[in-house]
Amino acid sequence: MPEAFEPKIVAFFCNWCTYLAADLAGTSRIKYAPNARVVRVMCSGRVDPQFVMDAFAKGADGVLIGGCHPGDCHYQEGNYKALRRVELLKRLLRQMGVEEERFRLEWISAAEGERVKIVIDDMVEKLRALGPRVPARRQEVA
Amino acid sequence: MKPKVAFYWCASCGGCEEAVVDLDEEILNVVNAVDIVFWPVALDFKRRDVEAMPDGSILASFINGAIRNSEQREMAETLRAKSQVVVAFGSCAQLGGIPGLANLFDAKEILQEVYGDGVRPQMVHRENGHSLSLPEFFDTVLALDRVIGVDYYLPGCPPTPKIIAGALHALLGADLPPKGAVLAPDHALCEQCPRKDTRPEKLVLKEFKRPHQMIADQQTCLLAQGLACLGPGTRAGCEALCPQGNMPCTGCFGPTSRVRDFGAKALSAIASVIDGNTEAEIARALDAVPDPAGTFYRYSLPSSLLGRRRMG
Repeated sequence: MPEAFEPKIVAFFCNWCTYLAADLAGTSRIKYAPNARVVRVMCSGRVDPQFVMDAFAKGADGVLIGGCHPGDCHYQEGNYKALRRVELLKRLLRQMGVEEERFRLEWISAAEGERVKIVIDDMVEKLRALGPRVPARRQEVA
Repeated sequence: MKPKVAFYWCASCGGCEEAVVDLDEEILNVVNAVDIVFWPVALDFKRRDVEAMPDGSILASFINGAIRNSEQREMAETLRAKSQVVVAFGSCAQLGGIPGLANLFDAKEILQEVYGDGVRPQMVHRENGHSLSLPEFFDTVLALDRVIGVDYYLPGCPPTPKIIAGALHALLGADLPPKGAVLAPDHALCEQCPRKDTRPEKLVLKEFKRPHQMIADQQTCLLAQGLACLGPGTRAGCEALCPQGNMPCTGCFGPTSRVRDFGAKALSAIASVIDGNTEAEIARALDAVPDPAGTFYRYSLPSSLLGRRRMG
């Protein structure tokens, strides 16, 4: 029997909300899919669109950005900056043939450990349905 | 004996050749200083003439255009072997350029668009015992450094006479720039823009406008007027030719050395000035950027991190 496809998700979580939520999920012993590789960033506004492109270029099946809810940003408006970039980046990724399920921005506060589970489990399920993503670079001529 | 130089074009429009001619009187100094041994657009040397030259006998080959078929790759490889220095000349050779936008499609789609269901070019044609073949048309357009080693990059669509003259002086001088150098200043275009003092400290916009939707003021920062000017993310060197012509920068000089993916960074710069905190407000502001790939990767799609739209 072929092995089940395990999607690889690169998850950028902000230091003040979503990363703490993931920590809470851990200490609360909430079980969720082990497919996300979490990268802690100080703010979702720190996520340079180049990071997202790099993750996809290196073979990520999905990229997830987690930040504080609107109005709750530790730096006042970093999450709004993230939202503006993400909205434009989504349009660009669509043109590049990256399905929308593969790129997600979620607001998850430090108290929402359960939401980390819901989001990651849901994303894994959707990526599994989509199947593995071949980075376009590997489709070039030699 | 004067040092030998060669010029060659791959997937390009001819603008880079024009840029060499635009050196005006300066070209006489160039011709005095070097022997041009190959320049298909202007001089009648053939491919076999280049193939007959000893390896390394050309001081510098200036290659413009992207690589989009097998003939261009072969010529680039030949010139690489014959030359001590290869210069990627212009946006297409450096980053993939405008022809690189074909990476939003593949060869099959492009041929279908151009020829439809009509007569297709035949790869091989035989007549009276002779045969002629067409080069292979690639799915993916590549920047020059994806197929051969490149020593220097001359940015621009096309490079300006000043940038070209500067590069020639640098190459003929005693102190060669470090290998891999982009022969243009390593800071953002805004530094060279005559409008820079009118750029507000905090720049926010409710909406962008497209150049045909407004008559821009001649003095004020174009980004502040709502045009998606890519000056903040683009390497200087052109001395703000487009803003001086009242048009926003489209990014042909590519990124500075600190940026890996021009389009992603330019997108970030443009998105950052949006004044809106909800999806609806942001979407409204972005209505004037209907083609993000064509806007932000106009000259650099093949050299971006993703390189092309995913096929299949």
